[in-house]
Amino acid sequence: MNTSALPGSRGVGVRLSFLQSRLHLDGLLLTALFAVAAFGVAVLYSAFGEDWDQTRNQVIRVSFGFLALFACAQIPPRTLRRWAPWVFGVGMALLAAVMVTGVIGQGAQRWIDLGFMRFQPAELMKLALPLMLAWLLADHDIPPRPRRVMLALVLIAVPVALIAIQPDLGTALLVAASGFFILFLAGLGWRWILGGTALAGAAAPLLWFFVMHDYQRARVLTFLNPENDPLGAGYHIIQSKIAIGSGGLFGKGWLNGSQAHLEFIPERHTDFVLAVVAEEFGLMGVAQLLAVYLIIVGRGLYIAACAQDNFSRLLAGSISLTFFIYVLVNAGMVSGLLPVVGLPLPLVSYGGSSLVTIMAAFGILMAIHTHRRLWS
Amino acid sequence: MSLSIRDQQQDASRIRRRIVAAGVLCIVGVAGLMTQMVRLQVVDHHHYATLSQENRIKVNPIPPSRGQILDRNGNILAENRPSYQLVATPERIPDIETMLDEVGEIIELTDAQRDGFLNRLNNSRHFEALPLRTRLDEEEVAQLAVHRHRFPGLEVDARLVRHYPQGQTGSHAVGYVGRITAQDLRRIDRSAYRGTNHIGKSGVEHAYEQVLHGEVGVERVETNAAGRVLRTLDRHPPRSGDDLILTLDIDLQEAAERALGDHRGAVVALDPDSGDILAMASQPDYDPNMFVGGMSRERFQELEDTGWQPLINRPIRGLYPPASTIKPFVGLAALEHDVIRPDTEVHCDGTYHVEGRDEPFRCWRDWGHGETDFVQGVAESCNVFFYDTAFRLGIDRMSEFLEPFGFGTPTRVDTSGERSGILPNRDWKRRALGGGWYHGETVLTGIGLGYFSTTPLQLARATAILANQGRIVEPRLVQAIRDGEAEHTTRTAASTPQERIELNDPAHWELTTEAMRAAVEHPRGTARLIGDDLDYSLAGKTGTAQVTESREDDDEKVPEHLRSHALFIGFAPAEDPEIVVVVVVENAEGGGGAAAAPVARAVTDVWVRDDPSFLEDLEAGRIDESEVEDEEDAPMELMP
Repeated sequence: MNTSALPGSRGVGVRLSFLQSRLHLDGLLLTALFAVAAFGVAVLYSAFGEDWDQTRNQVIRVSFGFLALFACAQIPPRTLRRWAPWVFGVGMALLAAVMVTGVIGQGAQRWIDLGFMRFQPAELMKLALPLMLAWLLADHDIPPRPRRVMLALVLIAVPVALIAIQPDLGTALLVAASGFFILFLAGLGWRWILGGTALAGAAAPLLWFFVMHDYQRARVLTFLNPENDPLGAGYHIIQSKIAIGSGGLFGKGWLNGSQAHLEFIPERHTDFVLAVVAEEFGLMGVAQLLAVYLIIVGRGLYIAACAQDNFSRLLAGSISLTFFIYVLVNAGMVSGLLPVVGLPLPLVSYGGSSLVTIMAAFGILMAIHTHRRLWS
Repeated sequence: MSLSIRDQQQDASRIRRRIVAAGVLCIVGVAGLMTQMVRLQVVDHHHYATLSQENRIKVNPIPPSRGQILDRNGNILAENRPSYQLVATPERIPDIETMLDEVGEIIELTDAQRDGFLNRLNNSRHFEALPLRTRLDEEEVAQLAVHRHRFPGLEVDARLVRHYPQGQTGSHAVGYVGRITAQDLRRIDRSAYRGTNHIGKSGVEHAYEQVLHGEVGVERVETNAAGRVLRTLDRHPPRSGDDLILTLDIDLQEAAERALGDHRGAVVALDPDSGDILAMASQPDYDPNMFVGGMSRERFQELEDTGWQPLINRPIRGLYPPASTIKPFVGLAALEHDVIRPDTEVHCDGTYHVEGRDEPFRCWRDWGHGETDFVQGVAESCNVFFYDTAFRLGIDRMSEFLEPFGFGTPTRVDTSGERSGILPNRDWKRRALGGGWYHGETVLTGIGLGYFSTTPLQLARATAILANQGRIVEPRLVQAIRDGEAEHTTRTAASTPQERIELNDPAHWELTTEAMRAAVEHPRGTARLIGDDLDYSLAGKTGTAQVTESREDDDEKVPEHLRSHALFIGFAPAEDPEIVVVVVVENAEGGGGAAAAPVARAVTDVWVRDDPSFLEDLEAGRIDESEVEDEEDAPMELMP
């Protein structure tokens, strides 16, 4: 598997396996991603009520995802770095275009119709923003000077605002997180971080009254007290918790989750799929799934640590941490720790576009690891 | 800016410190998640397991009630009737065999029904309610209600089932619904069909599925541990499907079907003004109610085994050569192109020679018609006149003229499964068969044979254009869609285009009508059988399309499926047409004049005069068909 040098051992030769040097893939990461995706297909088969036709769609999407991963892994990070401002520019243009020409999809303006498929510019921004910020900060002082931090904050704020008014709060949150992670990894001072958090706390009431939509407010209220409204918005959280709790230590067994099959669990094949996992596979199943996620994130952070330049370090770190945020927010929402923000469980939830983005991001991660120069 | 090695080293270690910090935060995050999971799944497991056991709140889909189908006068063609069925959720039943035995003591449960249920059990999804008995009567429902405490997991399900009160009448036009199959599932939005078992399979039931279906509703219900509904908590009601008001007149439809009798074939009646399809009969027919409850394999095989394809909607899917019914159109083309004049005469001695062919084409009347002009040629259906006319007109001008009448293209009627037929010309032949065009083929096309094929509806549309003196109509089956919720809102479904076929000399329309009237009213007209005691004017044209190439002298000896098809097109009253009728009788015991024309007259009589006496005479066999000579359109060989 991995035979690369220890982090920090500069000037020592980087040894790459065949998989890494020729195919630019990382064995451990690939195995872990594949394991989660395969498990996800099995869970979806159950969540769909043993309907193979719909499950097959997911298999096709996962396959597409792996293709995207493979393709992105072939791009040397130096090339990515050259492209970064352009990719960001295109992403911004598309976000603007979606405001103008976007067709209504699911009650929100998020799509551009390309004729043969619908494209979500917000998905591209998940990659474009960290690329841009890594490019911006890489060649300059670490930690960045205040002026550069301000510039970075503006570059984060504009696309996030555009996505938030679509309205797609979940994606906006992720895009914002991917940007802040770059700043955090670049060594942004703790004073900045604490100050920013305090500012966000102060801005929350403004957000509540002027930015959030009614349904988003309802979600927050429901999160604070689900039992208040057991048949309305609280229904999701209550039913999800019942499913998880009734799963117990070892679960009810694959295809045997009564909450899932009796359709008590809402959105059981998309955002709430973790409830199906918890009901059918129990605490053991959830623990193992989270462990594999942790392996993926850990490997990603290790790749960031091994990277040979600031651009690659920042980018790899941001990608890994954003992925973790996906898992954390989704699992927190399903288990009642966080409000419902509508984020899928990565690699498991049914759905195409975010899956492809995530896999593409891991392709970039692998590229960073496998395009390292042997001597430097 | 270029950085020294030293700076790079520093940067790298700074970033690495942050990476380590992030890693620690990740582990803290997962630990937090796991704490919550342990709380839910271990500490409070018992609590949630109990809640799950008696999960009280369940979201059920409520299927919408399907829109009704009515005829133009408000008679119901398709409606919904309540029906009860017993469904069982296997996961909730302690012992299935015992349950089946005990239920069998209360209501009738045949071995076949038991086996069917056990069979479905093996192929079912988890926690799916499976039908155990359908069509429970009131008594059985009451019995089950008394004993329901003994049977956890059993429920009596009341639902609306499609019913076709007219039975076989109009069955092809209306179509039928059947159980949703795996094939249907691939093309519908599953969530829109939650709770719905049936979907339109043919006719307008299929073509207007979207309109008829409505929108599924949702209700939240409180259930007990056995999953039985205790009360409804809240409800988002379904939106009923919209009703369809058809252009059909069910009385005329019935008259058309009775007029056809046991003969296989098709009748189409159109209102030439609006394109409304007043009647659309297809024989043999079937009872659409058979499909609703699900048809057994044997029953379906029985239908198939007749060999005459009763499920085929002949007016739109049956392809027949137009035969002599094309003659008025060809004649009109020739008049327009100045190939003939109203007084142009052709001498018919019973044969017609085409260059390059040894065998002559023949007229159906061996000794010929003598000197024949256009009116006489149509009235007496003289082949030689039209051989000659078609030959001089040429295939290009002929097919170009016929095209706007709708030959060779679908009528785009608003129901499913229409076929387009063939209007032969050089282009078509090169594409479909390859090779050049022969004179003999032009001559045959001129009498509606050879490659020529049309559906009865296409012929009816072309005839309507003739009756309208050029105004084009589009046939339609649905007149209006009525909102299923607010019954009063009505809107028309289709509008008739105001395009026309313009002639250089509009008088040619009248001449053609005159020729078609002569076919019915003149003592030597081929449809004179129906011209007796006619108190309104009827313009018509007969046609007979031979099925085999060899001609037998005695019809009795020809096997049924090789006998000729009899055709008739007509409209009435000729001066101000109210109805266009097209009749096709497959493998008839006589030509168009004897077998098809009386069917058409029976229909026009009912529509124009509201007089069923001709129909009754026809049914009673009082119409003497022997007095008309059998025209035969096809000369010896169909193809050169």
